[in-house]
Amino acid sequence: MQRNQTRSLLGWIGTYALWIGMTLITLLPIYWLFVVSARSRVELFGRPTLLQTTFYVQNYIKPLTNPTFQRYLTNSLIIATSNALLVAILAIFATYALSRWKLSGSDSIFFWLITNRMAPAAAFILPLYLLFTGWFRIGSTTLFDTRIGLILLYCLFNLPFAIWLMKGIMDGIPIELDEAAFVDGANIWTVLFRIIIPLAGPGIAVTVILSWVFAWNEYLFAASLTSVKARTITTGLAEFVTVTGTNWGEMAAVAFISLLPALVFLAFVQRYIVMGLTFGAVKE
Amino acid sequence: MRSNRMGWGLFAPTLIILGIMGLLPFIYVLVVGFTDWNVFSATGKPEWAGANNFRRLVFDAEFLSSMGRTLLFTATVVVSELVLGFLLAHALLKDFPGKAVFRTIHALPLMVAPIAVGATWRLLTVPGFGIAPFFLERWFGIDYNIGSHASHAFVTALLMDIWHWTPFVTLTMLAGLSALPKEPMEQALVDGANRWQVLRHLTLPMMMPVIITTSFIRIMDALRIVDEVYLLTGGGPGDSTRFMGIYIFRVVMQRTDYGYGSAISLLVYYFTLVLCWMLFIALTQVGKQQE
Repeated sequence: MQRNQTRSLLGWIGTYALWIGMTLITLLPIYWLFVVSARSRVELFGRPTLLQTTFYVQNYIKPLTNPTFQRYLTNSLIIATSNALLVAILAIFATYALSRWKLSGSDSIFFWLITNRMAPAAAFILPLYLLFTGWFRIGSTTLFDTRIGLILLYCLFNLPFAIWLMKGIMDGIPIELDEAAFVDGANIWTVLFRIIIPLAGPGIAVTVILSWVFAWNEYLFAASLTSVKARTITTGLAEFVTVTGTNWGEMAAVAFISLLPALVFLAFVQRYIVMGLTFGAVKE
Repeated sequence: MRSNRMGWGLFAPTLIILGIMGLLPFIYVLVVGFTDWNVFSATGKPEWAGANNFRRLVFDAEFLSSMGRTLLFTATVVVSELVLGFLLAHALLKDFPGKAVFRTIHALPLMVAPIAVGATWRLLTVPGFGIAPFFLERWFGIDYNIGSHASHAFVTALLMDIWHWTPFVTLTMLAGLSALPKEPMEQALVDGANRWQVLRHLTLPMMMPVIITTSFIRIMDALRIVDEVYLLTGGGPGDSTRFMGIYIFRVVMQRTDYGYGSAISLLVYYFTLVLCWMLFIALTQVGKQQE
């Protein structure tokens, strides 16, 4: 009896030691980012300490009042929000079609959709750059350096993911519900907006949030397909390193601003991510 | 009422957008890869070059070394993340007060933009005020400098990736482990099997589908890594962290050698597919042998 108690006590200590250690490792780089963002140049190159008691607010005020940075931030907000909504709507339509109709060849199409997500982004930069600057044009207006270009392009990785996530949710909604509505004379839009969307609500919310975060986080396409007007916050962040070089405090502040939305959203979606990540693989 | 036309109608917008943004660029790169198109070409337009670009690739030491480096990087991070993620997911199976909080914090790096991860780790390791060089020097006497030591930069890139992506593996493994039936394991323990045998002969084979899916996603992401490393080291010092994605970016955007860049892109794409396919075969074989 005594030995068992000692063993379980050791087990508890081990569990907490492990998770407190993991938490420290996870948070240390982010904590340090915050510390750097709160320090002036003079403080920064003094003796490195982990503790921070002052807050050099200038690091945040300067980028936030800079029109260029404000434009980057607005662009990121508009692009991520529009893309997330567009992706959610298209994914609702597509998964509803996939789950209610036996479309010929839909299995191979589904597989092709997923491979879009897996394609290495670096391999797509060049063709997209050429298409955006040359082929996709109306008169002299091209998709290059426009928000709409990025909003459409981000569907390339967000839409397959959203369809993957929503397919199971759609299949879970009993077909009898929409059949009864059709018998009562409802049309397809009434069924979608009055029955399907309310029932799939939580799943749609998670899809929107995750798509938003992925679009907000994207860098490579934004860096190569925009130049001035449609630049996003992630490209702005990279410019701190390549162009202005050494303004570490401001760079840290911008990086910290860029990861704030993710921190806020994480609390909401964390539980659902675990569910979504099952990939249906275990059920078989 | 429920005609197939309506189904296709709902599906069409998705197909059109992905066709334009996914299929069209792929066809484009397929064609351009067989042409000579760069600032030095006579007409400034793509000229048919047959397999010349691919012949050039085979002798391009810069590309080959970036490929080897990417493979080493991918193998190291994927194996480390799978092992770590599996163990951590196992540790999350039993309930203890505060579990939800620890799990949420553990998942945090997942949501951070890769480019911000790069920025964060650069601040951690930058010579001058980063805490990593300072404490490594003070406690261990190591002259840690990712700006001048190739191996330090490479190892830092590895650690950064493991920090960033282990949570993803933990979450997928946790989802898989919690969905497993409990009876076979409990029965085996009652019958006198030890924990290692249960893990080796029951849990691992049953987890194979999840492990395969997770490995695929991680391998494909690791093979195309650009953002984080670009901000951490810019590919340097020298070429010590110039991975395939960064090399393509240099050839296309900086040297504007479109034909050659396309050829490399094609090869990388093909290479990713083949590697995943081989891995799939290998893993399913292992799975069969265990049954």
